[in-house]
Amino acid sequence: MNANTVKNVDVAVIGGGPAGIAAAIAARKEGAERVVVFERDWEAGGILQQCIHPGFGLHMFKEELTGPEYVDRYLRLAEEAGVEFSLNTMVFSMDKPQSFDGRKSASFWVMSPKRGVENIKAKSVVLAMGCRERPAGAHAIAGTRPAGVYTAGTAQRFVNMEGFLPGKKVVIRGTGDIGLIMARRMVLEGAEVVGAFGAMPWPAGLRRNVAQCLDDFGIPCYLGYNVCELHGSKRLEGVSVVQVDRNRRSIEGTMRFVECDTLLLAVGLIPENELTRMAGIKIDSYTGGPVVNEFMQTSEECFFAAGNVVVVYDVVDFVSQEGERAGKAAALYAAGKLEKGPRYFSVEAGPNVKGISPCELTGGQDATLFLRVLEPVEQSCRLYAEPGIFSQKLRYARPSEMNEVRVSAEKLNALPPDVKAIKIGLEIL
Amino acid sequence: MSKTETKKFICVACPVGCALTATIDGTEVLELEGNTCPRGVTYARDEVANPMRTFTSTVRVGGGALPVCPVRSRTPLPLKKVFDVTKEVAKVSLPAPITIGQVIIENICGTGTDIIACRSLGVRPR
Repeated sequence: MNANTVKNVDVAVIGGGPAGIAAAIAARKEGAERVVVFERDWEAGGILQQCIHPGFGLHMFKEELTGPEYVDRYLRLAEEAGVEFSLNTMVFSMDKPQSFDGRKSASFWVMSPKRGVENIKAKSVVLAMGCRERPAGAHAIAGTRPAGVYTAGTAQRFVNMEGFLPGKKVVIRGTGDIGLIMARRMVLEGAEVVGAFGAMPWPAGLRRNVAQCLDDFGIPCYLGYNVCELHGSKRLEGVSVVQVDRNRRSIEGTMRFVECDTLLLAVGLIPENELTRMAGIKIDSYTGGPVVNEFMQTSEECFFAAGNVVVVYDVVDFVSQEGERAGKAAALYAAGKLEKGPRYFSVEAGPNVKGISPCELTGGQDATLFLRVLEPVEQSCRLYAEPGIFSQKLRYARPSEMNEVRVSAEKLNALPPDVKAIKIGLEIL
Repeated sequence: MSKTETKKFICVACPVGCALTATIDGTEVLELEGNTCPRGVTYARDEVANPMRTFTSTVRVGGGALPVCPVRSRTPLPLKKVFDVTKEVAKVSLPAPITIGQVIIENICGTGTDIIACRSLGVRPR
């Protein structure tokens, strides 16, 4: 491939959302000279720019901010730290890492209207591309294909950034947080929201969002329902909904028609890892994100990853914290100073636990692991990491909220040499 | 003697979403169960007497990098005034540039709080 220019950087950050910005700041603070964030949009901030609702920053800033305000705070910190941003720049191709002097380094290709195609060489990379919504085509809904079907995040961008309302009478498929937040938003903009229909017996989103987005506005939440068919030729005229059992099988005789002109899809987010795959990095089949260790380091040692590209988070503050860990480690790697621990442990999911990240540990530093429970537990329970390295009593555990397991390097390194796996589980007390 | 009753609701003060049970007398909370922090006490008191919410929306912007700018109430305002507030906010159209924190509407609908801009927005082109 021919490029107009070759640019050398110390730490390259791909994606200018909350994970990427925090990583870049941390990399600069750790001493990396040239830290560049590559962002395809015209401004940094990522999805937070369209998340105009409050609820961000309770951990990082001890106050409740909207998405754009949270970004503004971080962009100020980035400027102070001397982070460079390359905006309107799409990273479109990733080479396999090259070895030089016993160390690996990255090479990738970007395109921008101002500078054309460029080849970027980086001593280390932080992958922070975030995630993408499960698209309409992946929903397996029968019927016609009329206009008026959007993912909730697309509708959010239309309303909150582009300034137009995608419809007047809305059904929401799924009870994820973006769907709940969009229900309230559509009502405030003058639309009618018929209801949110979720397949599981519990809401996928946070309870506070069911309370403040649906209950406050009298919007019904139908649990154990599937939206199974679209009706309408040019524009959506309605959907069929049906009750489903715990295995998501339709219950005969429960199907009914619901009139609407808009369907918002709020069912699942998928980490965006095309570039990760191009670099030959190992992907965790459960989370859909790269396999990382406690340094947020991937299977290709000069690549680090943070945020929703690794596993889908519930709270942005945790994404920023993870970004910091990745950015710091990436800067250390770039300087030839990152020291992994002496051990290797794989982290495995035990009872009622899924999607643990990081899923490898080396005992190199204290680790924070994030995971979700499979099913809600509304009573005293215990989250543990075996053999005997973590135990915490919880009042409840819900799939909508991530749980944290903190494991000290000291405890890990004190484990007998034959221990190669850590098992995390949840038990009811 | 006035009658006491119990009211159950989810605290929206933070993402934990505690299930609160309040024993109330009219608009006064006599007893509260289920909260795990002091914010829950304040939330329950308001929720029984006069539910309060942070309001967020957008206003139209002329000549800006985006056609709308996100705004919010500086502090929570009464839930029952949300539709009055949204109607007032919808009437606003401002020229770019906008600065974060800029007051868009003072003392919105007599609630004692202001509507402020949540981001800075420069002029076109992007």
